[in-house]
Amino acid sequence: MMEEYPIELTINGEKIVSTAKAEESLLRFLRRHGFYEVKGGCEKGDCGTCTVIMNGKAIKSCITLAGQANGKEILTVRGLEKEESGRKLQESFVQHGAIQCGFCTAGMLMTAKAYLDENHQPNKVEIRKAISGNLCRCTGYKKIVEAIYAVAEENQKSK
Amino acid sequence: MSEFKIVGKPIPREDARAKAKGELKYADDFSLPGMLYGKVLHSKYPAAKIISIDTTKAKQLPGVHAVLTARDVPHNETITRFGQSAEVGKGFEGLYRVLADKKVRFRGEAVALVAADTEEIAEEAAALIEVNYEPLPGVFDPVEAMKPGAYLVGEGDSNIICKFGCSQGDIKKGFAEAEVIIEDTYQVPFVDHAYLETEGGVAWIDEKEVINIRVGSQVIEHFRDVAEVLGLPHNQVRYIGTMMGGGFGGKEDITVETYLALLTWKTKKPVRLFYTREESILCHSKRHPFIMHYKVGAKKDGRLVALEAELISDAGAYPYLSPWVNLYATVNAAGPYCIPNVKINTYCVLTNNTFTSANRGFGAPQPNVAYESLMDELAYKLKIDPLEIRRKNCITTGKSLSTTGQVFNTYVALPEVAEKAWKALGETKKVEDKNKRIGRGLAIGLMSYGRMTFLHDTSRCYVRLESDGSVLIRSGIPDLGGGQVSLLCQIAAEELGVPMSKIRIYYSDTALTPLAGTTTATRQTYMSGNATLKAAREIKKRIIQKAAEMMNVNPEKLVIGEEKIIVKYDSAQYLPLLEVIKACNTEGIELFCEAQFKGPFTMVPDLSNIRGTIFPDFTFGAQAVEISVDIETGQVEVLKLVTCYDVGKAINPLSVEGQMEGGSIYGMGYALMEEVVMEKGVTLTPSFSEYIIPTAADVPEVEAILVESGGGLGPYGAKGIGEPSCSIIAPAILNAIYDAVGVRIKSLPATPEKIIRALKKHYFEGR
Ligand code: FES
Ligand code: FES
Repeated sequence: MMEEYPIELTINGEKIVSTAKAEESLLRFLRRHGFYEVKGGCEKGDCGTCTVIMNGKAIKSCITLAGQANGKEILTVRGLEKEESGRKLQESFVQHGAIQCGFCTAGMLMTAKAYLDENHQPNKVEIRKAISGNLCRCTGYKKIVEAIYAVAEENQKSK
Repeated sequence: MSEFKIVGKPIPREDARAKAKGELKYADDFSLPGMLYGKVLHSKYPAAKIISIDTTKAKQLPGVHAVLTARDVPHNETITRFGQSAEVGKGFEGLYRVLADKKVRFRGEAVALVAADTEEIAEEAAALIEVNYEPLPGVFDPVEAMKPGAYLVGEGDSNIICKFGCSQGDIKKGFAEAEVIIEDTYQVPFVDHAYLETEGGVAWIDEKEVINIRVGSQVIEHFRDVAEVLGLPHNQVRYIGTMMGGGFGGKEDITVETYLALLTWKTKKPVRLFYTREESILCHSKRHPFIMHYKVGAKKDGRLVALEAELISDAGAYPYLSPWVNLYATVNAAGPYCIPNVKINTYCVLTNNTFTSANRGFGAPQPNVAYESLMDELAYKLKIDPLEIRRKNCITTGKSLSTTGQVFNTYVALPEVAEKAWKALGETKKVEDKNKRIGRGLAIGLMSYGRMTFLHDTSRCYVRLESDGSVLIRSGIPDLGGGQVSLLCQIAAEELGVPMSKIRIYYSDTALTPLAGTTTATRQTYMSGNATLKAAREIKKRIIQKAAEMMNVNPEKLVIGEEKIIVKYDSAQYLPLLEVIKACNTEGIELFCEAQFKGPFTMVPDLSNIRGTIFPDFTFGAQAVEISVDIETGQVEVLKLVTCYDVGKAINPLSVEGQMEGGSIYGMGYALMEEVVMEKGVTLTPSFSEYIIPTAADVPEVEAILVESGGGLGPYGAKGIGEPSCSIIAPAILNAIYDAVGVRIKSLPATPEKIIRALKKHYFEGR
């Protein structure tokens, strides 16, 4: 039987006390605990679909061990709503038609959020670079970039 | 035409919010108590005899509930279908084999299935299955496989699975008249759909002994095929289709559904089975590689007089949808041009490579690469502008397709879209880097939407107007991400004069929603859009009739909108929709309707010379690019991309643009970077670190130009756009490379290595 170890972390503001399997990725841990909004597209760190925010940084949860999240704060797309910056991004994606199949969306939004939290005035080229670790097969990225840019611009104005 | 309230507006899709919030439950976001984990054991050889399979050790492993091989499958061999209800026969329906039996045909073929308590145990058990193989030589090149005496992939006496022909005029005479003749061979590789959601689902048996399969599928009509494999009545298998994380034709064939059904049937427990990315690339279908030999003849003024082409495609190890894809390639092989003398021959051949089947474009993108490169070549040779040569030769309204002779009686936008796309490139970008050369390329094309007419296509939709003015829709439509479901809501909202927020839709369930047919062939806007329109209009008619009685006016004077029945040109005179609904309900007037839309039906054509109407209609488009080529590194950067299509009517412009932008980048990947590299049947690119698709950093500025002629067969004159959108970008890019550096890349993808090699040859050997 595989070894398990105790783990305690906060997910979307909620404290989770559980055990993780040795070698278990954070992605699998999250999904095993019902956080189905976190998707896996490759489980090798290549696609960005599984991106979550851990202590303010966007990380690929498939190549992060659950153990590395011990004591940390995790934000998934379902926690985005609680923060204004998250809500704005979600709404902007909806309004701009940045969502087709939506399978990349959860990861894309997390990357965008972490990025905008640090960079307040990106141009579109910079946004493209920032999300280049997140694959999207459907949209061709244009509307995603526009959606993120619109939020960045709005943030700029409201400052 | 009346003024639209909801149709034609760029509104957020019905499904967008749930997706943005992470609330939408895809196929894998679901589990059941006591659920087992399924695993497929795949063949490790591309060609081998199976001497024996010993499952004893695997079965003994604690936690294992079932280990199945071909012997355990009630009907292991059936035929490949894709939801058609008409009998087609004539070699279209190839062998569908669930598990390898006696012989394996490709590396990755399913040999055995396991269900266990955990994924880890299932994996361990699969590894404990002892398969005794005797490797066979195999054949990996379709041209080799065609030769007499070649290794036989299947059980038949030839590897050629289909041969199609098409001709018009007199090809000999045509070339005799030609003043210039160009002849060349083009090649395109295997590519992957690379949807981010791999193939998979969950299955269980309910209290009625029905096998329920919750899965992402473009063709929920496969419930019949799964039932046949198990030897069950059709109504004992139910598909519950989820929103897909992308499809692109890859979820058109059965993926894992039969495996799920078998495992749940044997264990009587719920089972989950999902492919890893590696399995998805190794084991599931790819786009057909083609070798295309073309000969084109023209007059000095650029007028085309003859085109002859021989297309050979690699079906891989099993037919799947190869005959259909090749039929389409044949029809599309002369492109959107008027050519009096044409002769096309297409061969599709089995090899021991991974099987190929539908992939966005369905046989169009491949010949498009060849004929559009040749048109460009011709333009250079004759010193005619690339736009001019296309304008001179392209099909216009009233003319016909040069392969089948199908006549276009509605507006053919080719001259318009070609000009718009080319002009929209605007001023040439300046680049500082002295190693970078700028070039421009144009390609035009046509692509059908709707299924082949001899498949006798239909779609159904149920619409109900509730007593509180809300609307319920039930349609079997699968949504692969293109907004298919939302589209139906928009149509119903428009017709019944209610806001989008009042519509609820249930979709993609073979037991509970009326079957709408497949989400393939760019057919849903056209087919299910029309079925929804028909149902909604029927209800509208009854509402208006009742309102007319109540208001004592002629029904023709009434319109519906904003939840009111209004007298035309006198908006002060109206009845609230609710009041009319109430009256209808009191009198038992039916405010629900299930309608069927039927496409045009034709007979199966003569496959040795395919002529006449094969498709209901076509979408016309043009794509133009400006690129830079680095002559030191061979690196191509696409700087600007314009995509211009006559979409008939954009029911949701946001979705249509999304298809056009996304399709362009899908095609750009095909042009420049994507290839599933197979060496003697072994895939060398089994992950996204080897199989590279475009990232946000690779994409250019994309401009989508929508032409709305209203000439389509869909609701409000809409045409389909999903597949056409990706099908001509590759040749536009190849043409731009030629324009930039004077070398013609004749095999995709146009990688930096190929470009450098061609440049060296060009400069040092003078070509
Ligand atoms: S699933 Fe984590 S990067 Fe692909
Ligand atoms: S919307 Fe489908 S992968 Fe991005």
